[in-house]
Amino acid sequence: MTKRFALGIFDDEDVLLHAVENVREAGVKIYEVFTPFPIHGIDDALGIERSRLPIAAFFFGLTGLSFALWMQIYMLGFDWPMIIGGKPHIALPAFIPVSFELTVLFCCHGMVITFYTISKLYPRWKTPVLDVRSTDDKFVMAIEVNESTDMTKLTQLLRDNGASEVNQKEMSKF
Amino acid sequence: MQHVSPVREPLVTGGKTYHDVTQDVCRQVEAAPNIRWMAALSVALLLLGVFFYSVYRTLWYGIGEWGLNKTVGWAWDITNFVWWVGIGHAGTLISAVLLLFRQKWRTSINRAAEAMTIFAVICAAMFPVLHMGRPWLAFWVFPFQNTFGSLWVNFNSPLLWDVFAISTYFSVSLVFWYTGLVPDFATIRDRAKGPIAKVAYSLLSFGWKGSAKHWSRYETVSLILAGVSTPLVLSVHTIVSMDFATSVVPGWHTTIFPPYFVAGAIFSGFAMVLTLMLITRVVFKLEDYITIEHIALMNKIMMITGSIVGVAYITEFFIAWYSQVEFEQYAFINRATGPYWWAYWSMMTCNVITPQLVWIRRVRYSIPLTFVLSIIVNIGMWFERFVIIVTSLHRDYLPSSWVMFSPSIIDIGIYVGTIGLFFTLFLLFAKFFPVINMAEVKSVLKYTVDNGPTYTGQDPHHHTPQPATTHGVPASASVNYDKHD
Repeated sequence: MTKRFALGIFDDEDVLLHAVENVREAGVKIYEVFTPFPIHGIDDALGIERSRLPIAAFFFGLTGLSFALWMQIYMLGFDWPMIIGGKPHIALPAFIPVSFELTVLFCCHGMVITFYTISKLYPRWKTPVLDVRSTDDKFVMAIEVNESTDMTKLTQLLRDNGASEVNQKEMSKF
Repeated sequence: MQHVSPVREPLVTGGKTYHDVTQDVCRQVEAAPNIRWMAALSVALLLLGVFFYSVYRTLWYGIGEWGLNKTVGWAWDITNFVWWVGIGHAGTLISAVLLLFRQKWRTSINRAAEAMTIFAVICAAMFPVLHMGRPWLAFWVFPFQNTFGSLWVNFNSPLLWDVFAISTYFSVSLVFWYTGLVPDFATIRDRAKGPIAKVAYSLLSFGWKGSAKHWSRYETVSLILAGVSTPLVLSVHTIVSMDFATSVVPGWHTTIFPPYFVAGAIFSGFAMVLTLMLITRVVFKLEDYITIEHIALMNKIMMITGSIVGVAYITEFFIAWYSQVEFEQYAFINRATGPYWWAYWSMMTCNVITPQLVWIRRVRYSIPLTFVLSIIVNIGMWFERFVIIVTSLHRDYLPSSWVMFSPSIIDIGIYVGTIGLFFTLFLLFAKFFPVINMAEVKSVLKYTVDNGPTYTGQDPHHHTPQPATTHGVPASASVNYDKHD
């Protein structure tokens, strides 16, 4: 399905930030904002909820820790107990390094894989973008429009809020 | 009104705009390889050839090709392993620890330093794997049920801890580095002209579009990766030091090793970062991004960690005397006055005296002197590992087995070869990947500017509306960056 977007192009992140607030206040729904770098405060302005990735990371880490402890206690304590250096079979202090490393390993990889999955980021042959300058030096506010949208009014709203250009673009599969 | 901070020095000089950053960093990715890069790559490939030849000899004829003997069973291999791992640590320190401390100057150097980490760990891993003699059975170091029954690996062994530490460190650093690269690959993709470049960078960029939601998650992920990498990097060299410290060899069996090794790792790592950055900034004309201030700051870190290492050397000596253990005392007297005195005093000169020159402002801000210093520190840190390993081993409890160690040509070949491997990887990285994190540098361009609104709209709440742009350039980025003094 093809979608039509009105693109407000901004030259400065502070201008964009105010524009986001004002446009939302004017009752216009912002489809997405594309920026070349993270802008502080835009989450609040756009109403993006705080990511729950840290919670996921914690549980991935906990999984790693449990797995590491189970693995070491099972292998050296039960499956094939051996006396090594006169230490007990389950020598917990000696298990700390491997437990720590596996906690970190599971936490990092679990979180990063979750991040790429929920963000739908994966290698693609082609990446269509609304405006190629949005990864360079322009800040792009995309607003989904249809036939009934009053483009003159929307353009004026974006212009009034500091957009240097207002373009339209159609995108299929976006 | 915009307000230029009177106390903050600009992190990027030359009054760059966002577009200038993109241009300056993408230039070398998009241009045809220049002659200096080709020449450097040829030398690196030649050394890589030496590496492959030495590895072939080691694998075909066995470990006997090395200079090891019955008494000194660990020498250049483990020296080089610890040296390379240590070098790698500066990358994580810059990207993780300095991120947590909000040291924004790190943005210009973190990408290349993290690349250095990954390549250094690859070089380091070569040594234990080759020393196994049968590297095709290297997977036996993992808890893997062997064919004779369920005999497992020994989780009490520091060498096994090393396996887990190094592999976790490598994979986590790789993921951290790659996640940082994704937005910059997207920038290159959106500028790419050729069909191959378009597809290649589209694949590499994972379809990144820079949406606000993705950036929000990206920042969360970066922060947690940094938070977790910080104890990780400390744990890695701690565990490396435990390869020695948990043994009962005089000269190794000391509790000071973990902090002493970690400080030494950061020290040598920053020296290598300086060596690489001083070359990179000139070859790729990035002097405005990797400024003289960056060099001075890195010099300061080198001086502090070098001083910690110096204190550790003296503490070791004191404790050897204070412990009243005669074998421990002999190990240290033998280091300083025995047949390897030249190695010991090279180490002391390079690592304790040299970094103290950085107290002098003229040295700290001098590019040629910094370059020489960084090379001297790298040599000194190699000697440190050599001294710790070989001088502790070569005279054991039984005087009849006292020997000297001399490296074979294959030992030297593998060491020089890993330098070739490292530079081959680094040069390829520098040509095809953005050497500076563009997104992060763009986010600190306004570092000296108080967040004054450059807002043009008709919002009545706002005072003094002023034009946001002058000729399409963000006003804030064209602010006069002249020094205040």
